[in-house]
Amino acid sequence: MEVGQMRRQWLDYTRSLFLEGFLDAQFMQLQQLQDDNNPDFVVEVVSLFFEDSERLLKDLTFALDQNAVDFKKVDAHVHQLKGSSSSIGAQRVKNACIPFRNFCEEQNTDACLRCLQQVKQEYCLVKNKLETLFRLEQQIVAAGGSIPMVELTQLSF
Amino acid sequence: MESCNCIDPQVPADDLLMKYQYISDFFIALAYFSIPLELIYFVKKSAVFPYRWVLVQFGAFIVLCGATHLINLWTFRIHSRTVAVVMTTAKVLTAVVSCATALMLVHIIPDLLSVKTRELFLKNKAAELDREVGLIRTQEETGRHVRMLTHEIRSTLDRHTILKTTLVELGRTLALEECALWMPTRTGLELQLSYTLRQQNPVGYNVPINLPVINEVFIVAVRVPLLHLSNFQIYDWPEVSTRNYALMVLVLPSDSARQWHVHELELVEVVADQVAVALSHAAILEESTRARDQLMEQNVALDLARREAETAIRARNDFLAVMNHEMRTPMHAVIALSSLLQETDLTAEQRLMVETILKSSNLLATLINDVLDLSRLEDGSLQLEAATFNLHSLFREVLNLIKPVASVKKLSLTSHLASDLPMYVIGDEKRLMQTILNVVGNAVKFSKEGFISITAFVAKPESFRDARIPDFLPVPSDSHFYLRVQVKDSGSGINPQDIPKLFTKFAQNQSLTTRYPAGSGLGLAICRRFVNLMEGHIWIESEGIGKGCTVTFIVKLGIPDRSNDFKLPFVTKVPGNHGSTNFTGLKVLVMDDNGVSRSVTKGLLMHLGCDVTTASSSDECLRAVSLEHGVVFMDVCTGLDGYELAVRIHEKFTKHQDRPLIVALTGNTKKMTKENCMRVGMDGLILKPVSVDKMRGVLSELLERRVLFENV
Repeated sequence: MEVGQMRRQWLDYTRSLFLEGFLDAQFMQLQQLQDDNNPDFVVEVVSLFFEDSERLLKDLTFALDQNAVDFKKVDAHVHQLKGSSSSIGAQRVKNACIPFRNFCEEQNTDACLRCLQQVKQEYCLVKNKLETLFRLEQQIVAAGGSIPMVELTQLSF
Repeated sequence: MESCNCIDPQVPADDLLMKYQYISDFFIALAYFSIPLELIYFVKKSAVFPYRWVLVQFGAFIVLCGATHLINLWTFRIHSRTVAVVMTTAKVLTAVVSCATALMLVHIIPDLLSVKTRELFLKNKAAELDREVGLIRTQEETGRHVRMLTHEIRSTLDRHTILKTTLVELGRTLALEECALWMPTRTGLELQLSYTLRQQNPVGYNVPINLPVINEVFIVAVRVPLLHLSNFQIYDWPEVSTRNYALMVLVLPSDSARQWHVHELELVEVVADQVAVALSHAAILEESTRARDQLMEQNVALDLARREAETAIRARNDFLAVMNHEMRTPMHAVIALSSLLQETDLTAEQRLMVETILKSSNLLATLINDVLDLSRLEDGSLQLEAATFNLHSLFREVLNLIKPVASVKKLSLTSHLASDLPMYVIGDEKRLMQTILNVVGNAVKFSKEGFISITAFVAKPESFRDARIPDFLPVPSDSHFYLRVQVKDSGSGINPQDIPKLFTKFAQNQSLTTRYPAGSGLGLAICRRFVNLMEGHIWIESEGIGKGCTVTFIVKLGIPDRSNDFKLPFVTKVPGNHGSTNFTGLKVLVMDDNGVSRSVTKGLLMHLGCDVTTASSSDECLRAVSLEHGVVFMDVCTGLDGYELAVRIHEKFTKHQDRPLIVALTGNTKKMTKENCMRVGMDGLILKPVSVDKMRGVLSELLERRVLFENV
């Protein structure tokens, strides 16, 4: 597959990610921050996100597994997760965190567990998607091309 | 032959006599026949003749008479009986008709005579009507003259024209020989001949008011009231009246037998009234014109004065500006060089000299500044600035400045700021600081031992029934409040009698000049000016020498309104603020315990060229923060840590100007967040998510305004 085709594929894939709500405008901001001084900025940040989120999810599972659930702690974790996901633009993860927090306030364990499932699911999805995207980018770079700069208008929301 | 019964001639016919009789009879007959013809002819000619029947009768009578005489012609000879009969018949008829006519005439002639009488009567009547018509016409003529005169008089507002026209027209209308107007003189006691018809330039005849009546016949004297209409009487000299009158004298031609007619006098009266009115108008017009001219003159003069004053002020300002520069430059040179000199190696004596030079030059510099300041204050050209500043940090700074001096003199310096004192206020920070410093400085200067205490709180109207300053009631409102600051010292005190003098320029408290010749007396005067400009009051209380003194002042400060002052101009849109985007070299510290957020923010700032340091906890942040940092971005989502941190950072850098700006970066959109941030003294609040453009704008705004609170 030649570069042009790969680029088009990349664009289409990015567009679909936005359309399906996996990513939002914040992700585009991140892409804008990537320049010659910082060529791998997006990848670095996203990797950080993956690490952070996995840790948080593990902690959350552990916390909610307890007999006496410390909702404050749970809330703190969810807050962190929400912060991270909104920082990189993982919209669906962020949106899943919101009801999670509400249920934490209500101290509703069952609902929290349900939410945790939801969040995990979303996280897995977005992780997959992002990994696919990065693979595409690597392929383009390997083929000698450059990753297109995405403008908001191009994605024609 | 029969004997004829005819009348025989008495005398045997004298032929001549008979001839004459014959001829006479013939002519008589002729005449008798022609008269009726004439009558008929002329009556036919005339249109009106009521007695035709009489005419016929008369005609018949005459014809018959003629016939008789005609027939008589035949009786002179021997004539037949027929002739005699005819003659007799004719005679009889004639007799009848003539008697009838005579009877008729008796009726007719009186009628005819009465006609004549009537005719005469009508003729008289006609003549009388003619006369009357003539009179009416004259009157109408006069009326027209009056109207014309009035029109002439009213057509101008110039007094002289009015009077001249009046005289001319009156003279013409009434065919006067002379018409003169006597006006009262200035004194009002004499009448002066002002206008005449015939004489061109009236020589000043002056006539005192009380002169006996003039000959009535040819002259009419008419009083013309001036400026006031009043009752009008002819031939009646007034008692001394307060109103002014002029006198118009009209002289009929002395060679005519004219007399003053009533209608003429009426005309004159009317004219006089008109003239009076016209003169009043003219006078009023003159008056108002004069007033207007006066006002215009005054206007011009005032304008000139204003321009002169402006020129003077400009000249003074130019002078001050020049002197400002001219005076300060050498002053700075002296101070700078003396300080430098101080650093070099000097003998003790030299050092002392240099110190004195330095001290004196500093004093002089202060004095120059004060003088310039004061003169600007005096002419009101000084305007206070109004900006938002941190009141608490202002007091902190004052304290920090004074602490060293106070501790050297072993004075204890305490300050107490009320809890309800707002953190941020609107006002002129520099001048308020100057005032507080001056007051506190004075307290320190004039206290040899003891304490200095500064208290500041919000002035409440109830607690402020101060007899010292009546009519001043500090009423707070939504947009402003009154700050009350009290500085108490335990120093040398002031004699209560001297207190008023303290605020006057250049007056020095004499009792202290011996020990402390430092400072001019301008300080307090300037303070008072500033305080007044801030719509406040300042006063000093002291119980006497050695009993310390308390200086209190109240100033009005604005309360910053959230919605007005802290508007982020680009909340929703990004106006392509690529202007001041060179943030290279700007050192920024980012505090966020969320690694991902931290990285993103760091990347953002680095993209904009900043030099970014990161901290993941409050302690780390405190350790890392330094004066080199321009801005500290901290995430305050993590409970109260952020706020505490802000307070700690404030404490670390109490120097107002150089400390880094503290900006909260949060996704939290609660109102309390913003209030909390402001309360702990943060300089800004920005909502996440932050785009590149938004951050760019935020940084520019922060660096420019040093404060930025986004609307939540």
